[in-house]
Amino acid sequence: MLLQQIINGLTVGGVYALIALGYTLVYGILELINFAHGEIYMIGAYLGIIFLGIFTASGLTQYSLFLSLFLTFIMSVIVCSAYGFTVEKLAYKPLRNAPRLNPLISAIGVSIFLQNYVMLTQGATDKVFPHVLPVTTVKFLDVTMTSLQIFIIIASILLMAGLHVFIMKTKTGKAMRAVAQDKVMASLMGINIDRIISVTFIIGSGLAAVAGLMVAMYYGLVNYSIGYIAGIKAFTAAVLGGIGSIPGAMIGGFVLGLIESLGASYLSSEYKDAYAFIVLIVILLIKPTGLLGKSEGQKP
Amino acid sequence: MLKKVLFMLWCALLSMPFMGIKGGAYLFLGICACYAVFVLLSLVFGKIGKPSIPVNTGLLTLLLMPAAVAFPFIARDYYTDVAILAGIYIILALGVNIVIGFSGLLHLGFAAFYGIGAYSNALLTTNFGLGFWSALPATLIITSTAGLLLAFPALRLRGDYLAIVTLGFGEIIRLVLNNWDSVTKGPNGISNIPSPVVFGFEMTSLTSYYYLVLSFVLLAAFVVKRVYHSRTGRAWLSIREDETAAEAMGINTRKYKFMALTFGAFWAGLAGALFASKMHFVSPESFTFMESVFVVCMIILGGLGSIPGVLLGSLILVLLPEMLRDFQLYRMLALGVGLVLMMIFRPEGLIKKGAGVRGQGAA
Repeated sequence: MLLQQIINGLTVGGVYALIALGYTLVYGILELINFAHGEIYMIGAYLGIIFLGIFTASGLTQYSLFLSLFLTFIMSVIVCSAYGFTVEKLAYKPLRNAPRLNPLISAIGVSIFLQNYVMLTQGATDKVFPHVLPVTTVKFLDVTMTSLQIFIIIASILLMAGLHVFIMKTKTGKAMRAVAQDKVMASLMGINIDRIISVTFIIGSGLAAVAGLMVAMYYGLVNYSIGYIAGIKAFTAAVLGGIGSIPGAMIGGFVLGLIESLGASYLSSEYKDAYAFIVLIVILLIKPTGLLGKSEGQKP
Repeated sequence: MLKKVLFMLWCALLSMPFMGIKGGAYLFLGICACYAVFVLLSLVFGKIGKPSIPVNTGLLTLLLMPAAVAFPFIARDYYTDVAILAGIYIILALGVNIVIGFSGLLHLGFAAFYGIGAYSNALLTTNFGLGFWSALPATLIITSTAGLLLAFPALRLRGDYLAIVTLGFGEIIRLVLNNWDSVTKGPNGISNIPSPVVFGFEMTSLTSYYYLVLSFVLLAAFVVKRVYHSRTGRAWLSIREDETAAEAMGINTRKYKFMALTFGAFWAGLAGALFASKMHFVSPESFTFMESVFVVCMIILGGLGSIPGVLLGSLILVLLPEMLRDFQLYRMLALGVGLVLMMIFRPEGLIKKGAGVRGQGAA
């Protein structure tokens, strides 16, 4: 029972961690809570359903399930990244030098817009993810894991490791770290700030798209309103791990997933959504820098 | 020019998975048309964002008062009903304006205080047989205390963190209202909340309730205006403009932030109580995060920190959706776009805060 809940928690936690990375990356560079990020994740989930629908209708899925799913992933990530990129250009870039309240409100506006845009174009009812995946369960001790759970946990860990390598080893990653430390200095060193910010949004949105797709496959249902609550929880995960810190976001995501899953089974499932907020408030009060945050104190 | 058209094409392309190829094409034409209109308008009226409406509040009040008083007699019942709702929102928005507009604390959980006010009124009147007036002081004390209690954790944080914590607080309150079945009756809500009684006269008719709300609106606007022009109001403004400088000037910023949150919650509680006794019914659905955002939109639309702005913003955002019933589906969409455009082109709101603190032009 305990082990089973831990596995469930890790599955959800992997998803939170992927979304949390988007928050942390953007916050690290712009110091903006990208309220619309949850909506980007929701769009990723919808795109998965839409593209898989197109591939199924064109007969590709029947021909090769693997190829179809692979293309669905690729297409969703590309289009979702394009959404993230466009949102940044339209709603945040003009406000880069405005008081900090303004981009935050603009982000809330984008979030409301995207939610209603999806609701109007795709309908307010739940969308069902096509049942194309063969589900096999693995029994280990007295724990049952579906193949999907294993896939989600492994895929999220791989993506995070990949991101970590990207940030640490590549030139663009180095530039991103430089911009996060000091924008002015970085631009004096010849780094194109606009480009780096765009790259950040593209990466964050791509990860959110993967998270959205995995959730759509895991629960089988998608609704236009899933973005808000998932966004808040992922933000909590980012704060929990120390906002701005990439390993922090990963750990925060898994810890939050565990807290939720254990809390729901041992305390009360009615308040499942409240745990994240309570954790958030407690963390901000006790250790605002989070688990792995730098000890430079809270950013004003 | 070509770049802009290409960008519109790009947006239309992005929308195709959701709207289909035809939908995307229509969208492209639509955005192009909107952009053309925008360009034409800005050619005719000069650059957008420049004109600021000069408001003489005294004169305006003098002109609008008779209209407000005569309103229930000239308008249909339906509009009186809408006006009552607008009045309740004005009171709520005045409270939010103290916290966000005056003190610059981005509070995104105001629906919680609104909800606490409404539920306190509902529970006190239905369970203990109190009337509206005898329940009101208790309601106001409960909500102000809630504001004060939230202030303890919230004020250790600044900026974005404060926004998120208050948002979390709002969600927790809503979840509690939704799940604490034995007291709040959960999602079913509480019904049969009595109407207020004034001098033995029960205010069941729309007209009488309209006057009740109107008098509370006037009271709230008057009190908030007086406080705004007091030492406290100036302290709040200085905290908004520069907290460090305010502290250096000897302002006890912590104390004034506590006052702002408590005072703001006080008005939210009053609005909640009025809402409960108007609707005779409360349920957690009325106090969601969207409600908090809606009120924030009102004060941003009107102009942060400006009292006439709050009145105007609330009126527009309550009346406009009612008038555009046919486009109901699109109103939230428009609200989202509106917020973004507002932030880019006119962050100071419709009414630029000109009057400011007495004797000085406000910053």
